[in-house]
Amino acid sequence: MSLPPPNASALADSQFRPLQRQGTGWGWGQLTLGRDPLVLTAMMAPAAVVFGAFFLLPMLRLFLIGGSGAEGWGAYASIITNPRHLESLVSTVLLSAGVTLVTLVVSTVAGLFLVRNRFPGRSLLNAMLTFPLAFPGVVIGFMVIMLAGRQGLIGDLTFKLAGSKLVFAYSMAGLFLGYVYFSIPRVILTIMASAEKLDPRLEEAARSLGARPWQVVGHVILPALKPAFLSAGAVCFATAMGAFGTAFTLATRIDVLPMTIYTEFTLAANIAMAAALSFVLGAVTWAALAVARSFAGTSVAAAG
Amino acid sequence: MAKRGISFWAQLAFTLLVCALLVVPVVLSMLAGVTVNYFVGIKSGLTLRWVEEVWRLYAETIWLSMRIAFACLACTLLLGVPAAYVLARRTGAVARAIEELLVMPVAVPGLATSLALIVTYGGFGDFRRSWVFILVGHVLFTLPFMVRSVLAVLHSIDFATLEEGAASLGAGFLQRFFHVVLPNCLSGILAGSLMVLTLSMGEFNLTWLLHTPLTKTLPVGLADSYASMRLEIGSAYTLVFFLMIIPSLIVLQILANRKRA
Repeated sequence: MSLPPPNASALADSQFRPLQRQGTGWGWGQLTLGRDPLVLTAMMAPAAVVFGAFFLLPMLRLFLIGGSGAEGWGAYASIITNPRHLESLVSTVLLSAGVTLVTLVVSTVAGLFLVRNRFPGRSLLNAMLTFPLAFPGVVIGFMVIMLAGRQGLIGDLTFKLAGSKLVFAYSMAGLFLGYVYFSIPRVILTIMASAEKLDPRLEEAARSLGARPWQVVGHVILPALKPAFLSAGAVCFATAMGAFGTAFTLATRIDVLPMTIYTEFTLAANIAMAAALSFVLGAVTWAALAVARSFAGTSVAAAG
Repeated sequence: MAKRGISFWAQLAFTLLVCALLVVPVVLSMLAGVTVNYFVGIKSGLTLRWVEEVWRLYAETIWLSMRIAFACLACTLLLGVPAAYVLARRTGAVARAIEELLVMPVAVPGLATSLALIVTYGGFGDFRRSWVFILVGHVLFTLPFMVRSVLAVLHSIDFATLEEGAASLGAGFLQRFFHVVLPNCLSGILAGSLMVLTLSMGEFNLTWLLHTPLTKTLPVGLADSYASMRLEIGSAYTLVFFLMIIPSLIVLQILANRKRA
């Protein structure tokens, strides 16, 4: 929704080139565009100052503080050397990878179905699938409690059917469900947008050459959606790595990296360790997005 | 279209199941918020008692969240719209690098950003204790959404030619900016504004560490009610939150659909 179209900068390039050529010839160019660097700088300045003072500078400070604790710069290595931190890193990465895989599969099946079929009620389903897009993590956590908590729907159903309550909200499984819930709307939006742009002639060509439906999907559609998978998957992975609200709502005992950082900061009051760990976490999520973007060629950003 | 086989119905069933996963808990929590006793069920009757209770306990958080959201909108408009214009005008490496940097607060977990703000500015007591401290975090987090939303529109229209035209008729820079550029990217500004309001209203990852007992926002209150209040109160509170963000979500969806059509 808020992402620019792919290759936006290339698009801009082609728009700007003839313009600048005009500017060098006759008098109008002097008046017009590309000639007011001062004005442009002045317009960028407020955002740049706020951003520098409240993001770049604090991040630098966070980095320095991370190395100022009892363990010195070794705090940055503690994510590997400290068994508790390593365990939390591994479980966070595994959780995020699992969430990404499941979300991609679920969203691809549902998204392709909605793009490739026309039936009454389709736009309603469309709206339902993208509606939780702006739910914050805490609310997602509460939704998981409504489904799988002590008074949840799944517990009630299993109690009626099997006589015992199935309650899994306050554990890693609940967090998994929450992150999938959180990620489906944005992943499905990316996949549908990309599937709508596919050239239907490719599919017709494949079919006219005798390809069966599953062959069309496997050899034509899925490969063409690869950039969407990469960018949506990276957003999903990065969000699951860094999200905090859902874990916070479900249980403080769930051992994922953001919770570990929060515990270091509040309970252990080990600010240097919390700073080092959160800097590492920030670097990992940012790198995941940057790698995916370099593959996919589109702009990618996590949210929430 | 070919006749609908088993595969169609199987996929439809799957899609309906996913929809149910997303929508059923929302409906359940809305119902729980107006049910006398959720444990007994809907047959215990409907009531607005819990909503009143929420208002009594948490009205402050609702007002504060609205104040922060609108202040955040004002900041992102003032900072973001001019920045987007500059980024659309400039195509060089520096502009791309700035664009890249601006998005970082969205890519970096809120926990890291808020810790960084605390270790840097936590010593300024008055600033730390005021709601403006939370506002700063929200502006960082929402600014990229405003910039990108406006930038997307600027990239899709040939605003350079429009500006050329205006300039050739003698319009100065300010005239061009306010009478040509801004009216043309109004749809992007509107979409960006709604996004900023909704995200700010719901922001928790940053806010949890930035808030103080006297500056509790709505999501902070939500987390508090989930942890310490009965399910009906948490649900009623969530219901209030939904009612506050759903209008803007609906308009956003309409805008997105219109763009696609």
